[in-house]
Amino acid sequence: MHPSLSFEQAPPISVPYRFFLVAPWFGVLAGLLLAWSGGDVLASRWSPDTLALVHLIAVGFMLQAMSGAMFQFIPVAVGGNVWRSLWVANAIQPLLILGALLLVAGFHFSAPVLLSAAVPALLAGVGIFVGVVLLALWRTPATGMTLWTMRIAVAGLAVTVLLGALLAEALARGLDLPIIELTNVHLAWGLGGWALMLVAAVSYFVVPMFQLTNPYPLWFARWFGPLLLVMLLLWSGLWFRDDLRPAQAFGVPVSLLCVAFASMTLRLQYTRRRKINDATSLNFRVAMIALLVFAISGTAMAIDPTISDDPRAAVWLGMLVFPGVFVSTISGMMYKIIPFLNWLHLQRLGAPISAVPNMKKMIPGDSMTAQFRLHVLAVLLLLAAVWLPSLAEVAGLVFSASCAWLAWNLTLAMRSYRRFRDQIRASVLRC
Amino acid sequence: MSTTQPLFQHHKHCDEIFADAEEACSNGDWTAGAKAFASFAGQLETHFLSEEEVLFPAFESATGMSSGPTEVMRGEHRQMRDLLAQMKLALVDRDSDGFGGTAETLLIMMQQHNMKEENILYPMCDSALGGTDIGNSIAQRLVAS
Repeated sequence: MHPSLSFEQAPPISVPYRFFLVAPWFGVLAGLLLAWSGGDVLASRWSPDTLALVHLIAVGFMLQAMSGAMFQFIPVAVGGNVWRSLWVANAIQPLLILGALLLVAGFHFSAPVLLSAAVPALLAGVGIFVGVVLLALWRTPATGMTLWTMRIAVAGLAVTVLLGALLAEALARGLDLPIIELTNVHLAWGLGGWALMLVAAVSYFVVPMFQLTNPYPLWFARWFGPLLLVMLLLWSGLWFRDDLRPAQAFGVPVSLLCVAFASMTLRLQYTRRRKINDATSLNFRVAMIALLVFAISGTAMAIDPTISDDPRAAVWLGMLVFPGVFVSTISGMMYKIIPFLNWLHLQRLGAPISAVPNMKKMIPGDSMTAQFRLHVLAVLLLLAAVWLPSLAEVAGLVFSASCAWLAWNLTLAMRSYRRFRDQIRASVLRC
Repeated sequence: MSTTQPLFQHHKHCDEIFADAEEACSNGDWTAGAKAFASFAGQLETHFLSEEEVLFPAFESATGMSSGPTEVMRGEHRQMRDLLAQMKLALVDRDSDGFGGTAETLLIMMQQHNMKEENILYPMCDSALGGTDIGNSIAQRLVAS
């Protein structure tokens, strides 16, 4: 049988769930750290606590959620068989959590020993993950741009983490390396090569599916990922030239590519056949608007480098992209994937479908929408706090509360699953 | 025209009337909702039957694969028929939460089912059944519905 034609290879529900349930708590920590550190932390992208904040979101929130989603997505969407997914999840999740916490503590306390200690944990965790996932993506007989874009994204993750490990060791041991240039390349691969690439790959599949939009045009899906990859390769080289102006100017075409993806997704959403708005479609829309503002700001900074003279300009970009684009996208995705996973696994327990509660009974809709509103408020406050540092404490607390609420909603979903599972098992036994 | 082209296009048609039914019922317009739902349920049943009575048997006899992908698709048709029955009950009871929740579940089920067919099974059928008249018989069934 063709591997894509059933869910037999889909992992046990505990595999994606463990990553989804942990991810928001890194967001809670990030908000608390910002509230505790205050507005000074937003004065520059290079302050230790700014680096700690970025990695709480990137290595904590995003990497957890994206890893969990890939375990689920690869078998279902591209028919790949992830080798021993339960074993791999058991092995890598503690490594990723430990690595993220050590890294963040290393930045926060400016402690080289902690930075060094984070490196093997993250290299091992991400290394196993990348190896297993690439194997699955390579062996699947499926074709199409979701698959190819996903392969590029996983390679992008590997590049990001290798560069990150090099940077952490350079900081910890005082190695004589071009730290600023390497950081720019590390950031570009993390945001573009891994995160945006993965969002694109998944969007090709889920945007038409969840919202009944037209598919992304084939020419777009064929060109977007490979073009972004080529641009990242070129950009990486330009940062190491003596004259930095070409590297700065190259921000324009990269930003235009972001504009293209955001505009295409918004256009598809605008012309969607399904007019119902829910927490998923709203989160996606906010994410794409944030990506547009990010790209416009990036273009302005590339055209007029004096704007970047204010170190807060880079922090502004970070606020747009981390909480604005990626936390929104991930939250929206989790709000749709998790109720469907619940339903999918419950209906496999052997009860008639009429006995399986529908997707909307897994997480209260009002609670998801209210959390989404709080998240939008948090993003707006975070953006304002870049220019009005006195808002940093309240922005941090609101972001923290929003992430805690997300965690609570996901916990409710897990409880619903357990409750319905026990009810169905009891009724199947009675029959 | 490939053998499965009419079914491919019919997926989009079903999506559109699904969206009409869901929107009307979520706005409390039960009369329009009932009409759109009846049309959607009828079209979906015609689609399933065209596959189960024409396409799948032809594919199975051409390839000898009778317990493979077509069996999985038949199983998913059963699940979607059950969900349709639940939606119909909710519609009769004017239970907007029940209708909306089951509609959402059916939508995701239907979309991932369609993607499996469009990306994998239909191309397999097109290569196994090229040169036959199966595509025309399917198109006639769908047009007549």
